[in-house]
Amino acid sequence: MKALIESIVKPLVDHPEDVHVREKEEDTKVVYHLTVHQNDVGKVIGKNGRIAKAIRTVVYAAKSDSTKRIYLDIM
Amino acid sequence: MREITASGQTVEEAVQSALEQLDTTRDQVDISIIDEGKKGILGLFGSKPAIVKAVVLKNQIEETKAFIQEVIKNMNVDVNIKTTVIDNHVTYELNGEKIAKLIGKRGQTLNALQYLVQLVLNKDGKQYYSVTLDAEGYRGRRKETLEALAKKMAEKAVRINKKVSLEPMPAFERKIIHSALQGRNDISTYSDGVEPHRHIVIKP
Repeated sequence: MKALIESIVKPLVDHPEDVHVREKEEDTKVVYHLTVHQNDVGKVIGKNGRIAKAIRTVVYAAKSDSTKRIYLDIM
Repeated sequence: MREITASGQTVEEAVQSALEQLDTTRDQVDISIIDEGKKGILGLFGSKPAIVKAVVLKNQIEETKAFIQEVIKNMNVDVNIKTTVIDNHVTYELNGEKIAKLIGKRGQTLNALQYLVQLVLNKDGKQYYSVTLDAEGYRGRRKETLEALAKKMAEKAVRINKKVSLEPMPAFERKIIHSALQGRNDISTYSDGVEPHRHIVIKP
C-alpha cells in the first residue's frame, strides 16, 4: 500500500526524493501519512482538492483483504 | 536524459550521425547547433566541421504507460495496456482479470486514475494530450447506458412536464448525454452546479 501511494505521488511532484509515507496502524484503521516537499503541496492537493480526492479514490479501491479501514492523511 | 554531441561536414550530416549513434529518429530529439562549420577554401584549408548537440526527449506517452503499469501493479491487478494515439488524444486500454477493481462504482476509480494519468502525461511535456483510460470496453458500455438513460429521462421530463435533474457526472459523460439529446426539439439540456457536483438538467 505504501508502494502504491509512492508510485502515484512521485511522478506528480517536482521533488520525488522528498515524498514520504508513514504508516501507522491503529485498532480499527491504518493511517498513511503522506508528506511532500513544501513546493509540491499544491501538486498533490489540486484545485478544490481534486487531485487529493483522486489519489484517495485509487488508494481506497486498492485495499483488498485487510478488514481495517484505510485512511490517507496528506501533510 | 541521454544526450550526445556529433560532428559532420555539414549540419545535416552531423544531425544524421547523432541520430545514428542514439539509434532514434528526428522527432524524438531536440537538436541544438553548436557550430555551423565552415567549408574552407577549396574544402581544404580552414575548414571546420559542423557540431550539433542532440538531446533525446522524454517520451511522454511511453513514460505514462510505465506509470499506469506501476500503479496498477501496486493495486495487485495484472493488466495489459494497449496504447492508441490519434492526434493529441491518447487512449490507454486496460485488459485483464480483476478489472472490476479498477473501474469501481460507476467508474469512479477509473475516472480518478484517468485524471491522475492525464496529470502525469502533461506534467512537463511540450505537447498537450488529452487522455482516455478504458478498461475492458467499459467506456463503450457506459456510453450505451448513458444514452439509454438520456432517452428515458427525456421521456420522463416530457411526461411530467417538469425539469429533470440527473446525478453529477464528469464532463465527458455529460457530453455523451448532451449529444444524445441534441437532435430533439421537445426538450433542451444544460448543465448546472459547480464541479464536482455539476449535473445535467433536462428541460421540457
